[in-house]
Amino acid sequence: MNKIVANADAALEGIQDNMTLMVGGFGLCGIPEKSIAALVRKGVKGLTCISNNAGVDDFGLGLLLRTRQIKKMISSYVGENAEFERQMLSGELEVDLIPQGTLAERCRAGGAGIPAFFTPAGYGTEIAEGKETREYDGKMYVLENWLRADFALVKAWKGDRFGNLVYKRTARNFNPMMAMAGKITVAEVEELVEPGELDPDEIHTPGIFVNRIFKGEGYEKRIEQRTVRKRN
Amino acid sequence: MALTKEQMAQRIARELREGYYVNLGIGIPTLVANYVPKDMNVVFQSENGILGMGPFPFEGEEDADLINAGKQTVTLLPGSSIFDSSTSFAMIRGQHVQLTVLGAMEVTDSGDIANWKIPGKMVKGMGGAMDLVASAENIIVVMMHANKAGESKLLKQCTLPLTGVKCVKKVVTDLGVFDITAEGFVLLERAPGVSVEEIKAKTDGRLVARADVPEMTV
Repeated sequence: MNKIVANADAALEGIQDNMTLMVGGFGLCGIPEKSIAALVRKGVKGLTCISNNAGVDDFGLGLLLRTRQIKKMISSYVGENAEFERQMLSGELEVDLIPQGTLAERCRAGGAGIPAFFTPAGYGTEIAEGKETREYDGKMYVLENWLRADFALVKAWKGDRFGNLVYKRTARNFNPMMAMAGKITVAEVEELVEPGELDPDEIHTPGIFVNRIFKGEGYEKRIEQRTVRKRN
Repeated sequence: MALTKEQMAQRIARELREGYYVNLGIGIPTLVANYVPKDMNVVFQSENGILGMGPFPFEGEEDADLINAGKQTVTLLPGSSIFDSSTSFAMIRGQHVQLTVLGAMEVTDSGDIANWKIPGKMVKGMGGAMDLVASAENIIVVMMHANKAGESKLLKQCTLPLTGVKCVKKVVTDLGVFDITAEGFVLLERAPGVSVEEIKAKTDGRLVARADVPEMTV
């Protein structure tokens, strides 16, 4: 078993115009930097991107917005990106905003073979318009469908050639669910280790969900809000 | 005198109880963490995947891989845990989190809340707010009593797109503390020096305010 590919460009082999991609990360934390850069190089257009956020103007998915490669975003929060706002308000960019927990669960459901589920989030709001609702034990719930993608692009801390992944701190976020929901899942890692080096008890994403893995070099890991306290 | 943001946070901290798991929203709610009583154990949940979130790191110790839901660099306390977004919202929807504190643009006297969208102007998204308000057993909203134009944010009906319906239990504003009951907003405490008349004048929704409502101690 060897899922290792040479680099991001090789890992994205087969991505075409108008495909649906899942892109891991929360804000700029745990985003697949190298795969995003490779998408810019590749120049594929008309993409639908499922990602919690849309990056900032000059980093993360913001890079793909700048080059107009994204047709539609499915996200929960997009507040940090002026170019995004401009494209959305002008109608150039289609945007589907959905509750964060619903987004996470729709990805998980897609990967787990569950086509739909009921959630209380958004009941009574415009999010629930046109959707089936049902009462369980006196409370109302909204039917939400699974999400699946042609490619899922995730970022992990460590991985091996079987595709087993371990994430670091809050860089985990949406990556494990998205890894499950891609027809082809590409994982980029900071460290590629030998099989057996990762403790089987501590693997977050079992290799079965990952199709291609590569080691990224020189991660920028930009911090969006650097907040510190003074030493006394 | 209307309460400062710090005083509003301080007042909300009095709602904390031993052993609570608490989710704090972005803005004033985040300040609540600064006022946890010393002898009380409270665990803060951040919906991007932390239980046991600690204070901001010391300068030079920031970790790009460790942020809160506001994308700020944070630290972990002993006993903390990290998890994915799906697990995080299982905690929230599954009602394992005892208290949610969040900001709002509008709240109604029946507990509806709007805080994610101003059509045509601001469309940033709801983030985790809809999941939180749909599920939490105890939701406290903290916000200014009036908007920048001086209009009441405590209404009969929201004018903005809803985040959730009949879910807010308590509101803390710069002017007072209110329970939301079948009778509407029930004034529990006034900010020091703020009269019941002033609060009545600045509240659009149904308000129950007894003349002898106590002043808050700050």
